[in-house]
Amino acid sequence: MIAAKLALARPGFALDVTLELPAQGITALFGPSGCGKTTVLRALAGLERARGRIAMGNEVWQDDATGAFVPTYRRPLGYVIQEAALFPHLDVRRNLTYGLRRTGGGSASAELDQAVELLGIGTLMNRRTPTLSGGERQRVAIARALATRPRLLLMDEPLAALDAARKAEILPYLERLHTQLALPIIYVTHAMDELTRLADHLVLMERGHVLAAGPLTELLSRTDLPIGRQDEAGVVIEARVAEHDAAFGLSRIAFEGGSLWVGETDKPLGEQVRARVLARDVSVARVAPAQTSVVNVLPAVLESLQADRSTALLRLAIGGGPGAGTRTWLLARITRRSCESLALRPGDTLYAQVKGVALM
Amino acid sequence: MNPAHWSAIRLTAELAALTTVLLLLIGTPVAWWLARTRSALKPLVSSVVAMPLVLPPSVLGFYLLLLMGPQGPVGQFTQAMGLGRLPFTFAGLVVASVLYSMPFVVQPLQQAFEAIPERTLEAAATLRASPWDRFFSVALPLARPGLVTASVLGFAHTVGEFGVVLMIGGNIPGETRVLSVAIYDHVEASEYADAHRLAAGMVVFALVVLVSLYLTNRPARDEAASRP
Repeated sequence: MIAAKLALARPGFALDVTLELPAQGITALFGPSGCGKTTVLRALAGLERARGRIAMGNEVWQDDATGAFVPTYRRPLGYVIQEAALFPHLDVRRNLTYGLRRTGGGSASAELDQAVELLGIGTLMNRRTPTLSGGERQRVAIARALATRPRLLLMDEPLAALDAARKAEILPYLERLHTQLALPIIYVTHAMDELTRLADHLVLMERGHVLAAGPLTELLSRTDLPIGRQDEAGVVIEARVAEHDAAFGLSRIAFEGGSLWVGETDKPLGEQVRARVLARDVSVARVAPAQTSVVNVLPAVLESLQADRSTALLRLAIGGGPGAGTRTWLLARITRRSCESLALRPGDTLYAQVKGVALM
Repeated sequence: MNPAHWSAIRLTAELAALTTVLLLLIGTPVAWWLARTRSALKPLVSSVVAMPLVLPPSVLGFYLLLLMGPQGPVGQFTQAMGLGRLPFTFAGLVVASVLYSMPFVVQPLQQAFEAIPERTLEAAATLRASPWDRFFSVALPLARPGLVTASVLGFAHTVGEFGVVLMIGGNIPGETRVLSVAIYDHVEASEYADAHRLAAGMVVFALVVLVSLYLTNRPARDEAASRP
């Protein structure tokens, strides 16, 4: 558990957050630019001095009550920023071993080999850093941080400076970090695609405050948060590959409470996948639709709705009636007129028609 | 070239070399502090360091003479320490040269330190480097072009000084008669051939130093430029 209570006042900006972050998986700090997410990360690293307390497990890194403050270079963390910040006077190998030497690892270690392998940078070792591409630079920066065997990895928009192609080049490596290392990662971003693809936990920030914090799937299915008002609002569903239909080029993924047909995936049966369903791709009907081209129709219970002038955002529980324990939710964005004409009320039994599912 | 000329050349080289070493030792921390501080004292310290650029050397020499003279506080101190008086000695020349050439060493170093992005030093901190470690393993290597410029300018400027030397050192052969003073002597005595020999040598020296400086420092650090 990473516990932090941080306060900071600057002209035009005040930060006041209390965080309890799980010590495993990827936790995303998400919010518009200027909301203070980078400041939080810098304070966790000790690069910025906020008032308050920071503890990583039993280890106290900062406590203003006792005057304790562990300087950055004594905190067992890795830190990766947008600009990579490689050392221009050292080649790739010596960049990678810079931190390693200072953690008593000498110039070689299993961690370094693993990081080099994980990030696919074995062929870059003797290159000078100014000759690297943006994507390569970022991968070296991540490996350099991993080589110090950090107990916490902090990443500040590591993909923000890259174009779509280079971003697509790095995302798989980040997913591998996620699945292959038992290393908690705190990941600052304002990009929805990185969030939905990588994060397990989510901290939503706005103007120096925490709006909400919790598991990603839970927060994304809430209708009362600003994230639900975005055009790309939608839920993330953790599922497993359940069936392949080679004849029609489709695959079925199953999750608690139901299943969905998606475009054919080459992942084997049983493999864990993450699917994303946007609110704008879900519509509802009172009776089971007949003779429809929509492949995915799921019985659902309307849990809550949030309407503005022209649209309404519905939260739908899939599978199991009320009180069935953990469920899967969908968000549906429909017009407010449809909402009125169907006279939708929480508790109504509906059919959710899902027009688009993206596997990630 | 006669033995007196060689003596002047050797003295000048010794003075410039010793001054440069001392300036790098004193100027590097000063430049580092100026490059990184947010202190309100920064403009004042910058101004004091830059004073020799705008003051006539005779003004600096005059006040140093008073300070280091028998009645001056520095003079009293050196006498109490049993070091004797500094004016009209080689040691006095070194002190004056260090002060007079200070901006030529501090300013290039300061610019080189300022050009190092804060995030590069922060990256070193997150890789477990202590402040001293960061300075020696990141800041100094990245400031190398500035170090070269500072050393060359500090050395060359000390070789070229005249006014301060005359005020503080006078014209004692083998002790304070450096090249610039020797040339002045020859001109005064209408020994133009001798003056030419030394003066032309100085011109060639300056040219060689500057050309090699511009050649070594030519390739700028290119990380930002080559970023795709």
